Amino acid sequence: MNAPGETSMPASPPPEQAALALAVEEVSKSYGSVKALDRVSLHVARGEFVALLGPNGAGKSTLFQLLTGLFVPDAGRIEVAGFDMRHQARQALACLGVVFQQPTLDLDLSVVANLRFHARLHGMGRAARARIDAELERIGLTARATDRARALSGGNRRRVELARALLHDPVVLLMDEPTVGLDPASRAQLVEYVHSLCTHRDVGVLWATHLVDEAESADRVIILHKGHWIASGTAAELRERTGRRSLRDAFLDLTGEASVEQEEAV
Amino acid sequence: MPAKRGSQRGTPGGGPPQERDLAAPVPPGPRAGLAAGKLARGSATSIVSHSLQALLALSSRETLKFMHQRGRMLSAVVRPSLWLLIFAAGFRDVFGVSVIPPYSTYIEYPVYVVPGLLGIVLLFNGMQSSLAMVYDREMGLMRLLLTAPLPRSVLLTCKLLAGTFLSILQAYAFFAICALFQLDLPWWPGLLLALPAMFLTGLMLGAMGLLVSVYIKQIENFAGAMNFVIFPMFFLSPALYPLWKLQESGATVIYQLARINPFTYGIDLIRYAMYGQMNWLACGVVAGSLIVFLGLAIWGYDPQRGVVRHKRQGS
Repeated sequence: MNAPGETSMPASPPPEQAALALAVEEVSKSYGSVKALDRVSLHVARGEFVALLGPNGAGKSTLFQLLTGLFVPDAGRIEVAGFDMRHQARQALACLGVVFQQPTLDLDLSVVANLRFHARLHGMGRAARARIDAELERIGLTARATDRARALSGGNRRRVELARALLHDPVVLLMDEPTVGLDPASRAQLVEYVHSLCTHRDVGVLWATHLVDEAESADRVIILHKGHWIASGTAAELRERTGRRSLRDAFLDLTGEASVEQEEAV
Repeated sequence: MPAKRGSQRGTPGGGPPQERDLAAPVPPGPRAGLAAGKLARGSATSIVSHSLQALLALSSRETLKFMHQRGRMLSAVVRPSLWLLIFAAGFRDVFGVSVIPPYSTYIEYPVYVVPGLLGIVLLFNGMQSSLAMVYDREMGLMRLLLTAPLPRSVLLTCKLLAGTFLSILQAYAFFAICALFQLDLPWWPGLLLALPAMFLTGLMLGAMGLLVSVYIKQIENFAGAMNFVIFPMFFLSPALYPLWKLQESGATVIYQLARINPFTYGIDLIRYAMYGQMNWLACGVVAGSLIVFLGLAIWGYDPQRGVVRHKRQGS
């Protein structure tokens, strides 16, 4: 009847924590006979913005479910800041900030109440108040702190969710298709803002998307297709490798080839 | 792989910033890192304090939300009141409740029915707050909960306590209604003695809700829970009439079903407690059911088993 992570805290964090924010090693996950992820590996360094690009059904959501500890992979290993997600779940989750694809703000509660809720779930104690003020200030919503979340625009709700994910100062920030439902201007702003977080706060970001333009400015792009790791590199490298002029075409090429190969394999 | 920093930072999509330029440089914050700091302090950050904070978070959220939902607040009080005023008024003279323990004198039917209605308040809210978590509108809450750095057993227990706290508030609101209609209840110290009994029963019923939320996928919405859990439990219990009436009228099967219904013992526990008596059998059954239900629920929420997955397919 053991819940995850009931192990005691180690005296000091593992040494590799400093460099690597997120490590996924050979992770597989099946739902019944469907292989949602097949031996996928990826790394995110601190301060690095990695875009996880894949069409719908590529396995991005499954990967995020595993990364957030909702489920355990069938095989393979996930480490957040050097903490194993399976055996040191508490420490790993403490270093993880997540913006979910679906809205998760409580619309009946005020902005600040939503943030306070999160702070308490993370056991932040008296540090919470200053951190909430600081994050609200950062996203420019201090004046709306006591407004109900329902009163905010879609873009602002997303910002509050992002502020919430950063409250406990995580090492890794997971963004699961965070621009769904946002207008182009808000979308661009969000991408820019998260880039600036990487630079100034040294957070490693894994940004899942099926929109190629969001991956364009990433430090590294990882392409996932039908549960398989397909390619990894900067946008320029991927263009070069496929001989295409746009990342979009490169992406279509890579995922197109992959699907042919898979069919042949079967 | 080392990070390639500051490569291309174009503006994808373009468009002028609307409210505030989020791309403006972020002032450097304290990079010590709360998460890292917390870990460095290790076990000094006691899990007890953290758990209490989580409990506070869930309780205040649950209560605040309830206060915002006028309809839910109203129906929580109106539901048992309707039973009390209409049903009990009609049956006042039909059922003569003879002197059975814990009662020492003849009692009016509305007085008899109060513990059962307290039970339904606890049952209804317990199921609602537990089941709401897995339905879509509260799916977000579950995600937040399960990514909180606490053991799931602790999180589920906190959630259960928070829901029960709200159940108790509603039960006392119902007591206020009873006072309004000048029922002949053992007000003092009955109201106080009922508290631990209602607390234990509320926990047991909330744990049952958690269990239902994990294992019974057919119950897809609250109406399903009403039909397949709440009403059967309510009717197969001594809420509306003493069980010996069933036995007397020859409804043996229903009588036996009522006897294996944990809700039956919850009502008995409250009924006896209100009159300053301890019903050990009821207490044992309620406590035992609580342990079993909560244990199975925690087991079901373990990510290794991934029972929750089935709810989330297609997302």
